Amino acid sequence: MNLTKKSNIVFFIFCLLSVSGCVHLGVEPWQRDLLAKKEMALNASPIDAALDDHIYFSKEASSGGKSFGGGGCGCN
Amino acid sequence: MKSSTPNKNIKAALTVASAALLGTSNTTQAQTAEEDSWQFDSAFLFYSEADRVSAGEAIINAQKMFDDEEILNLKLTVDTLTGSSANGAVAQPNVQTFTRPSGNGQYITNEADTPLDDTFKDTRVQLNTQWTKPLASNYTLSVGGHLSKEYDYLSLGVNSNLAIDFDRKNSTFSTGFSYFYDTFAPEGGIPKPLVSMLIGDSDTPSWDVNFAQTRLTNDEIKTTTDILFGFTQVIHRRMIMQLNYSYSMVEGYLSDPFKIVSVVNSSGLTQDNIYESRPDSRVKQSLYAQSMYHFESNVLDISYRYMWDDWDIISHTIDSRLRIPLGDIWGKDSFLQPHFRFYQQSAAEFYRPFIQEDNVNGIEYLSADYRIGEMMAYTVGLKFGAVINGKNELSFRLEYYRQTPTDGGYESIGVLSDLELYPTIEAIIGQVTYSF
Repeated sequence: MNLTKKSNIVFFIFCLLSVSGCVHLGVEPWQRDLLAKKEMALNASPIDAALDDHIYFSKEASSGGKSFGGGGCGCN
Repeated sequence: MKSSTPNKNIKAALTVASAALLGTSNTTQAQTAEEDSWQFDSAFLFYSEADRVSAGEAIINAQKMFDDEEILNLKLTVDTLTGSSANGAVAQPNVQTFTRPSGNGQYITNEADTPLDDTFKDTRVQLNTQWTKPLASNYTLSVGGHLSKEYDYLSLGVNSNLAIDFDRKNSTFSTGFSYFYDTFAPEGGIPKPLVSMLIGDSDTPSWDVNFAQTRLTNDEIKTTTDILFGFTQVIHRRMIMQLNYSYSMVEGYLSDPFKIVSVVNSSGLTQDNIYESRPDSRVKQSLYAQSMYHFESNVLDISYRYMWDDWDIISHTIDSRLRIPLGDIWGKDSFLQPHFRFYQQSAAEFYRPFIQEDNVNGIEYLSADYRIGEMMAYTVGLKFGAVINGKNELSFRLEYYRQTPTDGGYESIGVLSDLELYPTIEAIIGQVTYSF
């Protein structure tokens, strides 16, 4: 278990470094035509996300990650 | 023109209501100047498990952007829950009797059936506010509040988030904090951990005194502190990525007062049912990665979350959506969006589907709640959306959710080997969303 945990963390740190370490990433302001679309937002459907979070928080042992896990009962 | 009039009226009424909430008394001004700057999103969701819980949830979200790019968000959620939920006990070859959590009366489970407590009924009202404000050219601060109340539960929360943009706003570092303070006062009180559920005739004179002896207190507190670090990077014109690390510390009463554990003999026959007992703290951590990719016309949203905690639960979640534009065939800017989600978790170290009577002594923590047991789940769904009346968006979502709990390495004994201890749970999720 610990080995899996550590290898996952190492993988994520690697991803983070590889993303932030590369100087060729990113676009100029005039190249944001696609990125500016509503459907390209990281939280494109906040209502769907809030409803899903409520369902899975009540039915599974995990919550949060994308945003805060928050409080609540989930007793059902 | 004619068909949009009711929308305008609803929007005007909601604008006035929002202005009233803000303390802006000049309604005429609100109707004219603010009507176009408020954005409303509304949704109704229906969730139904076969033979178990059904829930309905309605959301109305109001957002206003001010001239200085400050954004105010107000969200009202109302949901109702009704139906049956597994109480944690195992199925038996005979009929079983259980006492309701309130202490008022019993319920019966037929032979070979999974024991379900059918007393779940609750209505919850939740209010969220969020205020987002640019502090300087590359700094954005957001603060929010949360209040939710149901019959036996109160949750109060605050949060804040600071985002820092750099490299032509191609990179964003964000850090967030949230704190929740929950009070739980279930009807019938909080049961003493690992104490036997009292079973008998609740109309007898001695019942109340005997039932009270199984109770610890009337209410309990739970606090949740979350810290989140995020990094967002534009990869190129078609792709953006996000990586998050979150740390969550939950303290206080973390048991579920409605859940019990079957104490069985060596033949697997239930001798007793005891209330579950969970530790009074839990530290959860997670790593989350998300990527949005714009193909020629389709948009792919894919994410992965790895979560682990100090209860030995490890989970993997993969979530993906593909937005496929249909052009203007089925309404302006119509689209289809298939959804697939996969979830897998390992069991908490104190999870046992049942416990043998010889092993009860000396045990500190114990739960048979399948939701902290070994489980796999998936969701498949389809969303359809289109723009109507020029700029209002209407969408429908239909999903199927299936949970498959597994034994987690705990072998069944005696009569339990012939019974279904890990039933599959299936649910249908339907949602209508309208933005105006």
